[in-house]
Amino acid sequence: MMETLWYCAVTLTLAGYVVLDGFDFGLGIVYPFVARTETEKRMALAAIGPVWNGNEVWLIAAGGLLFFAFPKAYAAGFSGFYLALIIVLWLLIARGLALELRSHVDHALWRQFWDLAFAGSSALLAVVFGAALGNLIRGVPLNQDGYFFVPLWTDLMTGPEPGILDWFTILMGLTSAAILAWHGANYLAMKTDGELRVRAACVSWISGFVVAGLVVPVLAAIPFVQPSFRLSSTAHPIGFLFPFLGVVALGSALEARRRNWDSASFCSSILFILAMLAGTAWASYPNILIATTDPANSLTIANATAGGYGMQIGLWWFVVGFSLVIACQLCAHRAFWGKVRLDPEFPSDS
Amino acid sequence: MASALLYDRLQFAFTATFHYLFPQLTMGLALLLLYFRSRALITGDDHYHQVARFWTKIFALSFAFGVVTGIPLEFQFGTNWAKFSNFAGGVIGQTLAMEGLFAFFLESSFLGILLFGEGRFGRRVQWFAALMLFLGSWLSGYFILATNAWMQHPVAYSVAADGRLFVDSLSGLLTNPWLLWQYTHNMTAAVVTASFVMAALGALYLLSGQHLLYARTFLRTGVVAGAIAAALMGFPTGHGNARQVFEHQPIKGAAFEGLFKTERGAGLLLVGQPNIETMTIDNPLVVPDALSILVYDELYAEVKGLDAFPREDWPDNLPLLYYSYHVMVGLGTMLVSVMGLALVWLWRGRLFSTNWLLWLLMLSAPFPYIATTAGWMTAELGRQPWLVYGLLRTSEGASPLVHSGNALFTLLGFLGIYLVLGLLFLFLIAETIRHGPSGHSMPSEHA
Ligand code: HDD
Ligand code: HEM
Ligand code: HEM
Repeated sequence: MMETLWYCAVTLTLAGYVVLDGFDFGLGIVYPFVARTETEKRMALAAIGPVWNGNEVWLIAAGGLLFFAFPKAYAAGFSGFYLALIIVLWLLIARGLALELRSHVDHALWRQFWDLAFAGSSALLAVVFGAALGNLIRGVPLNQDGYFFVPLWTDLMTGPEPGILDWFTILMGLTSAAILAWHGANYLAMKTDGELRVRAACVSWISGFVVAGLVVPVLAAIPFVQPSFRLSSTAHPIGFLFPFLGVVALGSALEARRRNWDSASFCSSILFILAMLAGTAWASYPNILIATTDPANSLTIANATAGGYGMQIGLWWFVVGFSLVIACQLCAHRAFWGKVRLDPEFPSDS
Repeated sequence: MASALLYDRLQFAFTATFHYLFPQLTMGLALLLLYFRSRALITGDDHYHQVARFWTKIFALSFAFGVVTGIPLEFQFGTNWAKFSNFAGGVIGQTLAMEGLFAFFLESSFLGILLFGEGRFGRRVQWFAALMLFLGSWLSGYFILATNAWMQHPVAYSVAADGRLFVDSLSGLLTNPWLLWQYTHNMTAAVVTASFVMAALGALYLLSGQHLLYARTFLRTGVVAGAIAAALMGFPTGHGNARQVFEHQPIKGAAFEGLFKTERGAGLLLVGQPNIETMTIDNPLVVPDALSILVYDELYAEVKGLDAFPREDWPDNLPLLYYSYHVMVGLGTMLVSVMGLALVWLWRGRLFSTNWLLWLLMLSAPFPYIATTAGWMTAELGRQPWLVYGLLRTSEGASPLVHSGNALFTLLGFLGIYLVLGLLFLFLIAETIRHGPSGHSMPSEHA
């Protein structure tokens, strides 16, 4: 019971991360295409400037919660994906610096460099995160001690000895990039006006269809790549609710986009992401890391947990802390509500 | 895999040391910023408001680098120290998760308000944001030090059937007796760093004849805060730290003092080079009986030397540990003298016209950084060979399947990236300083 609650808490925090930092990544991906003039670029960046750092903290919080509630899964997963994770860290460094430093020096080359770094790192991160989720679905070669190590790629097939990249995880990575680009375009359209908004809306319209085109093969592939997902969904057919909800959200996003309802379309892409992640978490439960070797090696919420008193007391501060987080984040987002208006005063980028 | 362990250790040591260069400035500045904002709010004086704005920019720069270098640390517990994470996650995961939930959100949300809300919010809101920023950064220091304190002095844990640990009292973990001195010492050190940086910049502006009004405020604030904080470094906080080391980690204490043999009425070694072969100190300069007095308040108290402990429990890099400690204490003495001098001159109203003292203040800015790094090396090298003191050896904590080639590759990658980061930071700080508090880079300057 305690373990299940913590499984939900970790997934919820992670989902918060994907939704919130997701639009930062998405904005990074679409930004070179929609923002043409310097003013437009600054508008686009100002849309996430005050909030992106807070959004990123969801990742740190999710990592911390996983560490605390399921140390074994944290240890195995992070060391197993060693190379991919370190590369993620380097990309996160590039992304953070790009956002913070671009306005510090008034020189066109300086800005172009950081624009490139921002777009490139955002796109790569979106792909890597998608591939990571793909790895969780497909499973990893856990040994009897509960550890594994996957190279970046092997023969690109999903077998008992897979690499981080195979055809399925690459497909997941591309899908993730498309979803986040779409989500980011929705956010940008909601936060800006003028030509920038028009172009963002147009990108959102196109990428919405790309997402639809990619999600279908992914959903079709999952039962073959990970048979246990099929079993869990047939045993509890209510699990089909999530992909269904996702499809509805996708449809409503496109419909809202057609009618130029920016906020509705952004809310729909949030809903879509949440539904897809919830579906994955539902089907994976109670496994955290699925073994491709022997199912007995899988790390589940029961054998990966720290257990005991810590989990109970933790629930108390988690509820308090999480409420505080929501309050802080609402304040921060509320403070910069509505369309971006460029403040000539600050920050000091004249 | 022996070399993988070496690379894991070097990588963690390097990335942690590099990360800490930034928070030590931001945590100290957070306090001084709160002071400026409070003054601006109470007196309504626009000068203090402008001062706060300028330092907020430096704060934000250091904060940004602190954030991007902090995230790798959080992840490296899992990537490089998987067995340690599995063993101790049930305890230290608690404090790390709380840090994310309680502290980092506070900091990042309110920094956004301070930086981007200039035109939108009134001074009350900005003061409140500065308060929250201060709380957030001092809280994150608290939680991370609670983590480190537990590794130095494990408390409040139980052992599960499979040998892993879990916490059995959250309040026990958060009130670890080790924390009292570690936290006060470390946070005071952060204030020392920020004050020295502030005073140095004031001195720079004064010497170059720019921004004179600001320069005086920087100097006054930096010198007063710096003198108080530097005085607190040795006594009581440094002294308290040393005492608890001798109480709970006597081997570390003997090693950093350079005490090879158990002695009654042990002397305090001021300088000298430890010689591992002969187990003696070359060219020593000793204050007789002083160590016994400092540690036990007693002239003839027995202080255990390294010879009282089995060799496999000795820290593995004795000379580095010894020198780190002596560098910290030596610099502590120097820093308090510099600030003491400056305070007297300030008192007599002559600081602003005494060029040699301004030069001295300006050139002292790097030394708090060196002292702090040396202090951390003392604490962390002295913890060896234990990862969790008395419970888990460092050699048992690394990730089992990460091979040395991978670890070396990422270590080199971090070295290269952080080199660029360091240069970038220096360049941007120089730019900010060049623009100055009343520079034209800020069009909103009404005056
Ligand atoms: C401006 C920086 C600075 C200065 C001037 C000093 N220290 Fe320090 N010291 C630190 C910055 C620091 C630190 C980096 O903040 C450490 C590392 C771990 C910690 O909590 O604080 C530390 C650790 C540390 C430790 C090790 C604690 C452990 O092993 O866990 C001892 C024994 C002392 N200090 C003692 C002193 C004494 C006797 C000083 C006399 C002047 C002194 N320090 C000055
Ligand atoms: C406050 C939280 C900190 C924690 C939890 C922590 C934890 C660790 C861990 C896990 C290691 C690797 C294992 C080992 O070799 O012992 C390590 C090593 C090290 N850390 Fe820390 N660290 C902290 C802060 C710092 C800071 C801020 C610095 C430097 C400014 C630092 C300096 C070092 C050094 C020098 C080593 C290398 C020790 C060796 O190689 O023998 N640590 N620390
Ligand atoms: C080795 C252990 C450490 C880990 C795992 C760690 C982790 C982190 C992380 C993930 C961040 C980014 C937070 C964000 O995105 O807002 C961060 C920033 C920060 N860390 Fe650390 N940190 C360590 C050592 C320390 C120490 C020893 C201190 C101070 C006592 C410290 C104080 C701070 C502060 C104040 C920030 C905010 C950013 C800044 O002020 O530069 N950290 N740390």
